[in-house]
Amino acid sequence: MPPLTSQASPPVLAAETRHAVSIVLNGTPRSGHAHPRLLLSDFLRHELGAHGTRVGCEHGVCGACTVRIDGVAVRACLTLAVQADGRRIDTVEGLAAANGGRMTALQEAFRRHHALQCGFCTAGILMSLTDYLGRTPKPTEEELRDMLSGHLCRCTGYAGIVRAVMEVTGQTMKEGGHV
Amino acid sequence: MKPASFDYLRPATVADALAALAAGGDDARVIAGGQSLMPMLNMRLVQPRLLIDLSRLEELRSLRTEAGWLTVGAAVTQAEVLARPALAREVPLLAAALPWVGHFQTRNRGTLCGSVAHADPSAETPLCLVASGGEVVLRNAKRRRTVAAADFFLGPLTTVKAADEIVECVRFPLAKPGSGHAFREMSMRHGDFAITACAATVDGHSASLAVGGVADRPTLRSWPLVSGGLPPDLDEALNAFAWDLGGDDDQHATARYRRDLVRRIGRTVLEEALSCRR
Repeated sequence: MPPLTSQASPPVLAAETRHAVSIVLNGTPRSGHAHPRLLLSDFLRHELGAHGTRVGCEHGVCGACTVRIDGVAVRACLTLAVQADGRRIDTVEGLAAANGGRMTALQEAFRRHHALQCGFCTAGILMSLTDYLGRTPKPTEEELRDMLSGHLCRCTGYAGIVRAVMEVTGQTMKEGGHV
Repeated sequence: MKPASFDYLRPATVADALAALAAGGDDARVIAGGQSLMPMLNMRLVQPRLLIDLSRLEELRSLRTEAGWLTVGAAVTQAEVLARPALAREVPLLAAALPWVGHFQTRNRGTLCGSVAHADPSAETPLCLVASGGEVVLRNAKRRRTVAAADFFLGPLTTVKAADEIVECVRFPLAKPGSGHAFREMSMRHGDFAITACAATVDGHSASLAVGGVADRPTLRSWPLVSGGLPPDLDEALNAFAWDLGGDDDQHATARYRRDLVRRIGRTVLEEALSCRR
């Protein structure tokens, strides 16, 4: 039975061949080549040289590789580069670039409150927050902590992150409140 | 870790996807959100020769109510379902459970249908589907069939879905007036897989409890209400249910602890469901 298709399906991308992948990376069209099995995180780092995105656990748990695809925060290690073809990808490098070359208010708040220790998880957390605060401009501490549960900071630097976000969203922490 | 090599197809239509799946046999797998399959690919627990990507198929993006059901297509993400303003009225159990499914960042890409097809015994979506009496619509190149959720899950990562079928959509019955619903779970970290998860539904006649994370699949049991309330011997009934579920010791918890969670969380969600009837 021939399939009844209104439009031709693209050809199968062969495993052993590197295929052209074009994305809009932080507002700039970029392209490279990827085997079908190449993760988006590795495509960004090794093919396009965008090293801001960190690679941690590579099975979706730690959140270090979080980027935005078409504005939505997702794990780059659980996405194939070929799946991202034609999409808009935003990484940590793009935050200041889109802000006239200056750090965003969120990044400044991170700096003020030392919302990091070693900094390895920071890029992913900033990308999650960029999406999340767009949808939830004034999260409660509880909501914020729930969102942050999708990131592992092995230095346990969460207290500064919560302080930074509460400040940048115009909220005051409870006096002596548990962070 | 990195996946082993595979061919990749992003078909233009569902028919094309099903034809490729039929031709690929057991060596082909479909991917939608990939939040369960990609970790397995990265750890090389599965090594398909062909990966068929359903995520951009408009035909599978249906999210609608129709004839008493909420239908969720295979490419609809968990975040999109959770963002549905009427969800708490339409399927309140799902509205209560979805925030427990993974994290914000994985719900943005993970699909309801993918979680159902993956059939982890401790996953929340299969549990809600069984608890609410939902259905799974399976489709291959030649036909479509509908399976009750209670008959769909066979065991850990095992379902009645054949290798040439996809989960085209899942269907949740819309909540009936006068029913109450509650969901709670215990996990190591919010968003992790549940050690034990409990979903309760109470209507005018009976109280039902579905439990995930203990037996090899989500399991449902019902009791008649007594004088409009929970049965007076509920503790004994929950104890018997907990023992019937079985469950083993593993690195997360002992079977004994899991039984205790069934007794305690089970009672809590049944009381919550009874008290929130509308």
